[in-house]
Amino acid sequence: MSETTSISETPSATTTPATTTSQLTYGQAVNAALRRCLAELPDTLLYGEDVAKPGGVFGVTRGLRREFGERVFDTPISESAILGSAVGAAMLGRRPIVEIMWVDFSLVAFDQIVNQLANVHYVSRGQLRAPVVIRTQQGSAPGACAQHSQSLEAFFLHVPGLRVCMPWTAQDAYDLLVAAVYSDDPTIVIENRTLYNAAKQDVVLGGPVQQPGGLRVRREGSDATVVTWGAFTARALEAAAALAEQGVSLEVLELPWLNPFPTDEVIERVRRTGRLAVLHEANVTGGFGAEVVARVAGAGVPLRSPALRLGLPDTRVPAAPSLVAELLPGSDRIAASLRQWVLGP
Amino acid sequence: MSDQTRATDGVTGSRSRILADLHQVWRMRVFEEKVRDLRLAGDAVGSIHLGIGQEAVAVGTAELIGPDDALFATYRGHSWALACGVPPAALFAEVLGRATGTNGGRGGSAHLSAPAHRFFGENSIVGAGAPIAVGAALAGRFDGSGRVAITVFGDGAMNQGAVHEAMNFAAAMNLPVVFVCENNTWSELTPIDEMVRDPHLHRRAAAYGIPGERIDGNDPAIVRDRLGAAVRRAREGGGPTLVEAMTARLVGHYIGDAEQYRRPGELDEARRLEPTVRLAAQLRAAGAPDAEIERAEHDARAETEQAAAEALAAPLADPATAKDHLYV
Ligand SMILES: Cc1ncc(C[n+]2csc(CCOP(=O)(O)OP(=O)(O)O)c2C)c(N)n1
Repeated sequence: MSETTSISETPSATTTPATTTSQLTYGQAVNAALRRCLAELPDTLLYGEDVAKPGGVFGVTRGLRREFGERVFDTPISESAILGSAVGAAMLGRRPIVEIMWVDFSLVAFDQIVNQLANVHYVSRGQLRAPVVIRTQQGSAPGACAQHSQSLEAFFLHVPGLRVCMPWTAQDAYDLLVAAVYSDDPTIVIENRTLYNAAKQDVVLGGPVQQPGGLRVRREGSDATVVTWGAFTARALEAAAALAEQGVSLEVLELPWLNPFPTDEVIERVRRTGRLAVLHEANVTGGFGAEVVARVAGAGVPLRSPALRLGLPDTRVPAAPSLVAELLPGSDRIAASLRQWVLGP
Repeated sequence: MSDQTRATDGVTGSRSRILADLHQVWRMRVFEEKVRDLRLAGDAVGSIHLGIGQEAVAVGTAELIGPDDALFATYRGHSWALACGVPPAALFAEVLGRATGTNGGRGGSAHLSAPAHRFFGENSIVGAGAPIAVGAALAGRFDGSGRVAITVFGDGAMNQGAVHEAMNFAAAMNLPVVFVCENNTWSELTPIDEMVRDPHLHRRAAAYGIPGERIDGNDPAIVRDRLGAAVRRAREGGGPTLVEAMTARLVGHYIGDAEQYRRPGELDEARRLEPTVRLAAQLRAAGAPDAEIERAEHDARAETEQAAAEALAAPLADPATAKDHLYV
């Protein structure tokens, strides 16, 4: 057996490539990232249900089969085999990018993620690597049933050994996916189907490969720090804009990467405003927001108001829009909660 | 379909029987046509999966379901709910997110249930209903009901680990489960023959040591005959059976599917073989006048329109109830 069998070289971010700027939707930005990775990294494979010939149920992988041939293929509806084969192929030198159509479907194959994927590098004492990228999408959309509406990032974040990110902008949909594919750690990229066909944005393509991590200061403010991620970032910004008119100045931090998490930077920023609210689409109990609050509290940051957690109340997600509207806070309700929290009743 | 049971001659029923079947097929067909209209008009929202073209499987099964039996379907389950006797107005209301829906808006089109009608629910996780049906049969072993559990799923679901585990479990325990695979040859946008080595899915039954057969799923009489044998065997202690019912969905995987994946001529052929055409031809051959055949559709439409109007007049699911029923 040649010594190169089991571990592929960590791809290095090559010399500064030529960049271009395109107007792309979030979904097109994902497509562009996949195209780039398939072109630059011959070890990559791209597979999942309906991803190849049909181009994905959301059209995100369109054209890649034609361009890259058999490295891009459709699979049976067999999530255990999709994820397990990704683990095995990665152990033996491939760089699989697999799609789990809805995050809810990862649950039928969680073993392959938690017991298998997350253990490969650690238990082998670093002899093996599992540079697998799992692309999936989650969240609520009008009419979706309880089995197609969950926000499950906290499940993955509870598993040491996995990297987790949740892009919100088209630029991050591109950059984070490229970073994930280049990374040698197993990485879950959680997209959001309500964003795929949203308005086009300028996306810089071909820039240097980023390291996982970092935060985005989406709005500066002095009265409180709101920490959020994913599609709910938009609601935080809408609420902050509305409150600015009422004299409440909110800082909004978007965390596109949740593991690695920029704990020190978040603590520093909360220290400056003296208030911390966390907002996510996932339900509150055991949500990653609780971990953010704990880290800030654990650092002894003095707070002017008790930390606030906002998200889905602890309930299942119904299908009827009239019921969902009652549960999932919109920007109005978020603004009202934040206002009362900062200014008092 | 070379190895498909050629049972047509033996099982074609009387003219009144065929007429009744045609009426049932139309009830399901026009129900789903109306759902499509409501979805396109924006009265219903979200992803909705229609089984237009596949109704004969549900119609043929309907009267095999005994009072203590339990049926488990998929997201493509409106017809199965109707087959179990769920009132169309309650189904419409559920699809429309109304308070009077089967689940008061909690389930929606893809996850509704009506246990009082033996309809233990749709499932939006492919293959997940199969092991649950095994459990329903298991409960029957202990509650003295002699319950037969029927679980319906698609061809693509045959590649899901849960379905394999369920079949072996039921076989090993000799449980009264009928596994009904509605083979419409497509799994969303991907053809089943590219995702398995042997597209004769019923042959997998042999590996579990249980009977398996492929049947023509577009004729309620054939379905009633062959599934009837499986249900009887299950009830008499003979254990599980896998029935692969060949059919076609004449519409997209979901409402709005552009169906670019269809093979040339595929839909034309499917439209020639679909149940309404099939049953109308049988009735004509049996001497039924056109008016009688048309009345089956007409009556179904009248009933369906009324049910839809009733559902549309009902209030939206009450937000104040959104958190009810999380715990007992
Ligand atoms: C575990 C799981 N994986 C994937 C999906 C997405 N999905 C929904 S329907 C479907 C195709 C199912 O095809 P088939 O079983 O043949 O049933 P049909 O839709 O044709 O009735 C897929 C892949 C899902 N709902 N659950």
